[in-house]
Amino acid sequence: MRLPPQSSEWITRSKPLRFRFEGRAYAGFEGDSVASALAASGVSVLGHSFKYHRPRGILSAANHDVNALMQAGGTPNVRADAMPLAEGMALTAVNTFGTLERDAGRFLSGFARFLPVGFYYKAFHSKRLFPLWERMFRAMTGLGRVDFATPRLRTPKRYGFCEVLVVGAGPSGLSAALAAAEQGAEVVLVDEQARLGGSTHGASDLIDQVTAHPRIRVFTETFAAGYYADHWVPLVEPNRITKMRARAVVVAAGAYEQPAVFRYNDLPGIMLASAAQRLIRRYAVRPAQRVVVLAANADAYRALQDFIDAGIEVAAMIDLRDAVPADQQSMLAALHIPLHAGHCIVEAISSGKRVAAVRIAAVGAATPATNIACDGVFMSVGWAPAAPLLYQAGTKMRYDEGVHQFVPDTLPDGVFACGRVNGIHTPAARLLDGERAGSAAAAHCGFGTMKAVSVPAEAESPTHPWPIVSHPKGKNFIDFDEDLQLADLENAIQEGFDNIELMKRYSTVGMGPSQGKHSNMNALRVLARATGSTPGEVGTTTARPFFHPVLMSHLAGRGFTPERRTPMHPRHEAAGAVWMPAGVWQRPEYYAVAWQSRAACIEGEVLAVRQGIGLIDVGTLGKLEIRGPQAAEFLERVYISKYVGLKVGMTRYAVMCDESGVVIDDGVVARLADDHFYFTTTTSGAALIYRELSRWNTLWKLDCGLVNLTGAMAAMNLAGPKAKSVLAGLTDVDLSFPYLAVREGSVAGVPARLLRVGFVGEWGVEIHVPAEHGAAVWDALMEAGKPHGIRPFGVEAQRLLRLEKGHIIIGQDTDGLTTPGEAALDWAVKMDKALFVGQRSLQAIAGKPRRQQLIGFMLPADHAGDAPKECHLVIENGEIAGRVTSIAWSPALARHIGLAYVRSDMATEGQVFSIRLSDGSMVMANVVKTPFYDPDNLRQKEPA
Amino acid sequence: MPWRLLRFALSDKHPEPRMFTRHDQLKPAYDVVIIGGGGHGLAAAYYLARDHGITNVCVLEKGYLGGGNTGRNTTIIRSNYLTPEGVKFYDESVRLWQDLSTDFDLNLFYSNRGHFTLAHTDAALRTSRWRAEVNKHFGIESEVVGPEVVKKAAPMIDLSCGGHAPILGALYHAPGAVARHDAVAWGYGRGADMRGVEIHQRTEVLGIDVAGGKVTGVQTNRGRIATNKVLCAVAGSTPRLLDMVGIRSPITIHPLQAMVSEPVKPWLDPILVSGSLHVYISQSARGELIMGASLDPYEVQSTRSTLDFPEGLSAHMLDMFPFLSNVKVMRQWAGMADMTPDFAPIMGRTPVEGFYLDGGWGTWGFKATPVCGKTMSYTVANDRNHELITGFTLDRFRNFELTGEKGAASVGH
Repeated sequence: MRLPPQSSEWITRSKPLRFRFEGRAYAGFEGDSVASALAASGVSVLGHSFKYHRPRGILSAANHDVNALMQAGGTPNVRADAMPLAEGMALTAVNTFGTLERDAGRFLSGFARFLPVGFYYKAFHSKRLFPLWERMFRAMTGLGRVDFATPRLRTPKRYGFCEVLVVGAGPSGLSAALAAAEQGAEVVLVDEQARLGGSTHGASDLIDQVTAHPRIRVFTETFAAGYYADHWVPLVEPNRITKMRARAVVVAAGAYEQPAVFRYNDLPGIMLASAAQRLIRRYAVRPAQRVVVLAANADAYRALQDFIDAGIEVAAMIDLRDAVPADQQSMLAALHIPLHAGHCIVEAISSGKRVAAVRIAAVGAATPATNIACDGVFMSVGWAPAAPLLYQAGTKMRYDEGVHQFVPDTLPDGVFACGRVNGIHTPAARLLDGERAGSAAAAHCGFGTMKAVSVPAEAESPTHPWPIVSHPKGKNFIDFDEDLQLADLENAIQEGFDNIELMKRYSTVGMGPSQGKHSNMNALRVLARATGSTPGEVGTTTARPFFHPVLMSHLAGRGFTPERRTPMHPRHEAAGAVWMPAGVWQRPEYYAVAWQSRAACIEGEVLAVRQGIGLIDVGTLGKLEIRGPQAAEFLERVYISKYVGLKVGMTRYAVMCDESGVVIDDGVVARLADDHFYFTTTTSGAALIYRELSRWNTLWKLDCGLVNLTGAMAAMNLAGPKAKSVLAGLTDVDLSFPYLAVREGSVAGVPARLLRVGFVGEWGVEIHVPAEHGAAVWDALMEAGKPHGIRPFGVEAQRLLRLEKGHIIIGQDTDGLTTPGEAALDWAVKMDKALFVGQRSLQAIAGKPRRQQLIGFMLPADHAGDAPKECHLVIENGEIAGRVTSIAWSPALARHIGLAYVRSDMATEGQVFSIRLSDGSMVMANVVKTPFYDPDNLRQKEPA
Repeated sequence: MPWRLLRFALSDKHPEPRMFTRHDQLKPAYDVVIIGGGGHGLAAAYYLARDHGITNVCVLEKGYLGGGNTGRNTTIIRSNYLTPEGVKFYDESVRLWQDLSTDFDLNLFYSNRGHFTLAHTDAALRTSRWRAEVNKHFGIESEVVGPEVVKKAAPMIDLSCGGHAPILGALYHAPGAVARHDAVAWGYGRGADMRGVEIHQRTEVLGIDVAGGKVTGVQTNRGRIATNKVLCAVAGSTPRLLDMVGIRSPITIHPLQAMVSEPVKPWLDPILVSGSLHVYISQSARGELIMGASLDPYEVQSTRSTLDFPEGLSAHMLDMFPFLSNVKVMRQWAGMADMTPDFAPIMGRTPVEGFYLDGGWGTWGFKATPVCGKTMSYTVANDRNHELITGFTLDRFRNFELTGEKGAASVGH
C-alpha cells in the first residue's frame, strides 16, 4: 500500500507508469523498482523458489532477491528488487510451469522428504534410465528463458583512472570520499543505488558536500564487480563497464542484513528490517499492516520509528537476546510495544499467500508458547560483511567474537576498509571510520598525512551468533536461492562434507545467483557448531568475481576482432576476390570470374602464371629488418642455415626451429649490406617470430637491432614467362641480375627492393615497396601486363604452383613435431655452426632412426573416383604409416600430385603405398621425386 | 520418483553414513602414500585397493577433496585425440567413465552430449580430418561434418560467428560427455575409504625422504610417515614436489580460467569447442552455461582471476550466440595447469625408486581420471609402467621420443 509522500522518497508521483506482471495490469511511479511497485499494489508473491516452487516475496529489496527473478520480455533473470520500473514492461515470474498462480511445480514442495540434500547423487543413475531422468531434470531446472531473437548488443567500455576509489556511498563511504578529496586526492565514489547515502536514506548531510566537491566523481547505479591485480576494478554501470584503475581502494561496501532461520521463514511478508525500511523510505510503500519484529541488535530498535511513522502496528518485539539494553527497553515501553526478550520465532504460519502469524517460544524451550497474528515479520538479527572485493584483493580476514563477523585483519598495500564491512556499525562511528580510511588512502597516494582518528569499538554485538532455530519438520531455510533447509546442511555434514568448501559443493549452499549473500554466514555457523569449532576456524569459501552477475554484452563490449588488410585490398575487392582468413589477415583465395566455377577460376590463374604473367599480393608475409655489426651472427643463431658468408646482394632460404628442433617458420633472408639484412617470415608466424627474435636479441645482447616492417612494406610477386619483359619497362634495375639475388632500385617511380625468387616455379621477382605506394605499384604492373593477359592470382593458385615445385608450407606440410630432416630439409641444416636454436636437440635426434619422411607422390594416371584429401592416412599392413599433407590436381602434369609423410622405410622413389579415404576405401600412390614440374628448375632462372 | 529415495522419506534420522571416515592420527607407516586428494590420487587409491588388494594406503591432501583442478575444470570427457598413444589411453578412460556411476552407486551425471570441435579455417578443417581418421582407425566415433550438421545440433548458432570466423565444418565426436566433477572425487574417495584407504585432508607434504636413490618416507605438517612408495598426483604443484626428490622436469605452470553463467532454461545440448575463438561451452543440468577458453599465455603459480578473461570469452561467446547478450556471467575462477612441451602427460616410474609421477596434465586431466587411476595403481603395485602409459614417461624428454598431442595444433596459413 502506498504511503503519503515521504521526505526521502525516490518516486516521482507526477509520473505514473503502467506495466504488467503475470498478465495483470499494475501501476507504479517513476523511481519505483518492479518489486516496490508490486508491493504498493498489494502483490506479495513475486516468484517461486528454485527447487520446491514455494511462493516467495521481497527479502532484501537490495538486489539480492533471487526468488524475485523475472522474465522481462526476452531478458531472463531480471531482479525485481533492483530493476527500475519502466512504462509498458511485461513481466512474468521465472521458473514456473504455467503461471505463478497455477504453477504445476508446486507439487514438489510436498515431495521435500524424498529430496534430501544431494538427492540427485543418490539415485537416477541406472544406465538405462539416466537419459530419461536427465531429460526431466533439464526440463525442470534453469531460471529464465533465453530469447533466441535477441540481437548482439554492443556496449562501449571505458577506461577510468583515479587516485582513491571508494566503493559504497553509505555513511562511511561518503565520509571516506570526502576525507580523501579534502586531502587533495582525485576520488571516484561508486554506489549501486540510484542515490547516495545508503541506509541513511538521504538523511546524511555529507551527500551535498560530496556531490559538490570538485575532486569527487560519483557513479550511481554502478557496482564494483570484482577486484583484480593492482587496483583494477570494473565498475558496471547500467549501460557500460568502466574499468577503473585506482592507486588506492577504500571498500565501504557495508554489510548484508542476515535472515533468521526458523520454520517457514520464507513466507512472503517475512523480510529483513532493512528491506522494510527501504520500501518505506525510498518507495513510500507500507510492506505490512501489523508486524512482529525479530531483533537481536540495536539496528532493529533504530528502525522502529520508521515502521511506526509508516502507520505499521508493531505487535511485538521478539528479541533473541536475554539481556536487552535498558535504553532499548525504555524505547519499547514508550511506544507500548510488548517485548519478548530471550525469545525466538519457532514457526511462521501462512494464510496461503503470506505470513498470517508467528509462533514464538523462549530460546531453547521445548514447546512453543504463544501465537501472534501478523501479516509481516521484520528481521534484524545481524549482518555479514560485503567483503568479496576485500577477499579478492588478498585481505586476510579474521572472525571477531566481539561483533560476530569476519573483519579485515591484514589489508594489502593500498586497500582500505571502513564501516560495516570493517565491523563498525554504530552510525557515528561509521563516519569516523570512513574519515580514517579516506585519509589513510589519500596519504597512501601522497596526499596529506594520515589523520589520527579514534573509532570507538562497538558497545554490543550487532550480530547474533546463532539466529537459527531447528524444527523437526524442517522448511527452515538457510539458502533461499537453492531451497536448502537447516537439515540439508546438517545431513551433508553427517555424510562427511564437513569442510566449508566440501559442504558448499555437496549441498550447493551459496552457489545460486546471489552467491550466498544471505546464506553463507548461517551455513558456516551450522558447520562450526556441528564440528565443535569456531566460525574463524571453519573459515569462509572463496569469494570469486562477480559481486553481482554481469551481462555478457557488458563484458564483451563492442567486441574487438581486428582484421589486417594489405594496401592492395580494394584492388582485390574490385577484381572479385573471394576472401579467406590467413592469421589476422584477409587474403584473396581466388578471383571470381563471372560464370566460372571456383576450380576453373583457379586453373585460369595457374595457367596465366605458367604461360604468361601473374601477380600475387604477398604483403601479409612477416617483413623484418636487422642491422648492426652482429646482424649476420644473430641470423646464424636463429636459422638453421648459414648467413655469415652470404654475399651482399644475395638471398637465402631460411628455416627456423624451436629449441626442441621442430620446424616453426620459414622465409627468405636478403643481405643488403654487410651489416644490414631484410628477411621474411610466414604470414601467420609474423608477430610471434618477431616477438621470439626480440626475446633472443635481449638475451644474447648482440650488437644489432631488429625492426618489424610487416605493416610498413607492401609486397607482391610478379611471376611468369612474360614477367621479366613487363617489369623491364617499369624499373631502373637491370633485370639480368641472377636468380636468388636482391637489388634495390625503383619500380613505377617508387623505391623498391627486388628479390629474385622461385616459389611458384617461373621467372619471378618479389617487389617490396613502402606500404603507401603498394596500390600504385600494383596498378602500374597490372596496366603494363595487360597486353600479356596478366591476372592477379590468389592463395589457392599459389598453393598449387608451389606444390608442383614440391615446396612445403610450414604448418600444412609440417606439424608441431616435425624436424627439418623429416620435412626433407636436411640440406638446409648446418650442424657445423657454433650455435643455433634447436641445434642440441637436432644432434640428439640425429642418432636415432627417423620416424617418418616427407615425400612427393602421384596418383596413377588412370586414377578414377575420389582423390584423397589432406590428412587422409597412409596405411601399411593395417597400421597408420603416415598421412597426406598436400594434394591437388596438377593441370601441368594432368595428374594428382601431393606431399605425404610415410615411414622412413617407405620413402624410396617408385615405392607404392596406399592412402585410406574417409569412407574406408584405399587409393594407391607412387613415391616420386620433387619437383614435379620443371625438375631442373630452368624456368625460374630464365623466362621460358 | 525412484524407490531408493523412499528411505529418506520414511526415516526420521538421515539414513546416510559418512562418505569419508575421519582419521585423527596418521599411522607411522603405509605401503603406499598418495600425495594429492584430487580425482587422480583418489582414483589410484581406489584401484590399488579394489584391483590390487593394497589397502594400507593413505591419501594426503593439503586442502580438501577435489579442491584442485578436479573441481575447477569444465568437465568435458572425450577421446578424440591425435596420437595413437593418446587415442588408446583416452578411449580406455571413456570406457571406464561410462560405468563409474554404477561402480560407485553414486550418480555422476555422466551425460553423453556429443562434442563438436568447430573449424573456422581450412587449416583447422585439415587437423579435424587428421584427428577423425586417426580416431576411426582405433574404432572411435569421430567424423568431419559440415556446418549444416552443427546447425542441426545447435540450431541457434550463428554459423558466421559474427561474420569474421565462419564455421566451415567440425570434428564431431559422438561419445563426448560431461560429468559432475566434484562427485567423481567423492565417488573414488568413498570407494577407497570403504576398502580401507585412509584419506587425510588438511595434511601438507613438506618433504620426501630419499636415501640411496629410494623413497623412505614423507614429511608432513602432522609428522613423518615411513613408506617405500609415493605416488605424486598434484597438478599445479608438480614442480614443487619434484624438487623435493631432486627430479628435473620440463613442466611449467600456467593458469587456466573458466566462468559460469546464471542458470537459464536448458537450450544447448551438445558440447561445443572452437579453437579459433578460444571457447569451450556446455550447459549443465542446473542450466548454467559452463565456459572455458585457452590457457593464460604466461607462467603464474596462482589461481587468481583476470578481467580480460571474461571480457574476451564473452565477446567470442556472443560471436557464436548473439542472443546471450542479456545473459549474465555469475562467477569466474582459475586453476593451475602443468604444461609439458609436447602437450602429453608425464606418468610412471621415475629415476627415484619408489617415486611415481602422475603429472603434466595440462588442460585435460579430468577426462583421464579413471584411466590414470587404473594405470598408475598398476604401475605402483607392480613397479612396472602399465602398457598404456609407456608413451608418457619422463625419460621421453631425454630420449627425444615426444608424444606430440601438440601436433594437433596446426598453424594457420
